[in-house]
Amino acid sequence: MAKSNNIIEIRNITKTFPDKVVLAGVSLNVRKGEFLTILGPSGCGKTTLLRIIAGFNSATSGEIYIAGNEMTGVAPHLRPVNTVFQRYALFPNYNVFDNIAFGLKLRKVEKKEITERVKRALRMVGMTDYEHRDVQSLSGGQQQRVAIARAIVNRPEVLLLDEPLAALDLKMRKDMQMELKEMHRNLGITFVYVTHDQEEALTLSDTIVVMNEGEIQQIGSPTDIYNEPRNTFVADFIGESNILNATMVRDRLVRFMDKEFECVDEGFGENTPVDVVIRPEDVYIIRNAEAAMFHGKVRSCTFKGVHYEMFVDTPDGYEIMIQDYNAFEVGSEVGMMIKPADIHVMAKERTENSVRGTLVDATHVSMLGETFECEACEGIEPGKEVIVNFPFSAVELTDDPDDGVSWGTIRFILYKGDRYHLTVSTDEGESIYVDTHDVWEDHDEVGIRISPSALRITAAE
Amino acid sequence: MLDNITKFFSRRRTWSLPYVLFMAVFVVMPLVLIMVYAFQGNDGGFSLENFRRFVNQAEAANTFIYSIGIALITTIICLILGYPAAYILTRLKPSTASLVVMLFILPMWINVLVRTLATVALFDFLRLPLGEGALIFGMVYNFLPFMIYPIYNTLQKMDSSLIEAAEDLGATPRQVFARVVFPLSMPGIVSGIMMVFMPTISTFAIAELLTMNNIKLFGTTIQENINNGMWHYGAALSLIMLIIIGITSLFSDSSEDGANEGLI
Repeated sequence: MAKSNNIIEIRNITKTFPDKVVLAGVSLNVRKGEFLTILGPSGCGKTTLLRIIAGFNSATSGEIYIAGNEMTGVAPHLRPVNTVFQRYALFPNYNVFDNIAFGLKLRKVEKKEITERVKRALRMVGMTDYEHRDVQSLSGGQQQRVAIARAIVNRPEVLLLDEPLAALDLKMRKDMQMELKEMHRNLGITFVYVTHDQEEALTLSDTIVVMNEGEIQQIGSPTDIYNEPRNTFVADFIGESNILNATMVRDRLVRFMDKEFECVDEGFGENTPVDVVIRPEDVYIIRNAEAAMFHGKVRSCTFKGVHYEMFVDTPDGYEIMIQDYNAFEVGSEVGMMIKPADIHVMAKERTENSVRGTLVDATHVSMLGETFECEACEGIEPGKEVIVNFPFSAVELTDDPDDGVSWGTIRFILYKGDRYHLTVSTDEGESIYVDTHDVWEDHDEVGIRISPSALRITAAE
Repeated sequence: MLDNITKFFSRRRTWSLPYVLFMAVFVVMPLVLIMVYAFQGNDGGFSLENFRRFVNQAEAANTFIYSIGIALITTIICLILGYPAAYILTRLKPSTASLVVMLFILPMWINVLVRTLATVALFDFLRLPLGEGALIFGMVYNFLPFMIYPIYNTLQKMDSSLIEAAEDLGATPRQVFARVVFPLSMPGIVSGIMMVFMPTISTFAIAELLTMNNIKLFGTTIQENINNGMWHYGAALSLIMLIIIGITSLFSDSSEDGANEGLI
């Protein structure tokens, strides 16, 4: 392999279990010396990816290179990486010194050097004079410091951190974040950090990799990820945001909440359905009602420490989240303004549902594991494979899974200002998308009904 | 009045009364009686005569030392056989592991005496001589599950991230075992040793059946004395055995806190 700037190269890694795809083809380069964070909700595959880098799990397919050497099937003890575990994983049968010296002793480093390096590592994590303490007598924060010292004392090429601060309380977490960043600067080694905490990722990282459902959603710097989310998942997961359905009227003009707004995005075509993302701190409440672009009534106002978080209802039935340093009284009429540069337009990933199925007879189609009624469908022979399209709003969800024709589990909920956009997965792993005004919860099991007249059936090629 | 009665019966302490009574009559009383009898001479007064007799009479003392020897050998063989078995068990799929554990425990459903008689029959069938070898075989056969189970328990409960941490720090599989897994399984080993060593010191039925009464263990000596009406001497011997068992359990308690962790 050619010498490159990348300390880790991950090529098309997949990891599948008989009943679940954990990683669906992940490719990623980690530059030497950078602080890279893999960010995503629980179950997105981030920890599995880290464990594959460390060598604890093997990938189903794909390759991984560390420092220019192929490491795909190499055992963990032969890899030039060290890991800081979420639950510290300190050896309870050794004291602090012996825990940290564990790796050095295995490599037969001279005794004098071991003592010196352990002391230096302890000083680095602010735990001088703790050498002879029993690890179980230490607090969570102290244990995590020892775990970090135990990893960095070996001077690995890459330090892997698996949610290392998740078990600490908020204050401690903030302190440790700063210390980790400082340590990264001083050591000059590459950090690969896994977390589900988007704030932590934004604070610490040079590069953030956002993952969901076993796939990388976006790779970029914290500001890129925050300001230019590539899809609704990223926009929703990173920070707070208002995500709304919109239509790109033409370049630099977008229509949402039944109003036209100037924006800075181009190249989406004319009258194209899009999503817009507006961060709550980018909506300005102005006193001068005449200059306002739209109006609304303050429904709630909560003090959040530095700013107030307000929800404002517009007359057209949209709900906008706003963060402002000033509080506005609940019930008061306010005018609002959004700057063109603060409107972020994203192409829609889809505008309607599209699933594969088989035509049973003229009025029935088999899809999503069950048989649905449809309107008389001519020109297609029964038994043929078909593609069924239907709008998001044509799907009706029922509380009791048995009340529906088919059933599924709610996997992702996106609030779009005036409605919820749900992702529902069926048992067979197919996903359909639903627009609804009803409030559902993540992981709810629901029945699925689709009005027969909404189904548009075309023959599959 | 009625109120007081309902109150009395609804208290949790009340419900432990039957058990406390049972314990008092069948556990505490016999222990006290053993103490009293052991320090009583044949005339009924306080005396150390029974213990003097034990020290001076070579036969009982020799049997005692021989019994400890047999118990030690049994325990060591159980450990050598049991540890790898427990270790392999933890590596199996959970469903397979529980099946194998079941197989280990299954013989326990049959009474010790029946099992031992079957062992005698087996030795007869294979034309193997009964005696010391058969005795140790029978002991190991009977007590091996008590070694495997606590070790298996501690190994299974061990945090797998500790093993990963050791690998991550550069330990080969052998080093992981020597530096992390084995030291951390000590509580299980200690429990296993106690659960095998203690009953093997006092057992006598296995010895009688598997050696055709040719080898006498300490348990047999006690039984003989009591059967022959030598209550005071028998009680003294029992007390000596109890003290030895007590010392081993004290020793393990202080060496590892939570030594009994492996039991549950």
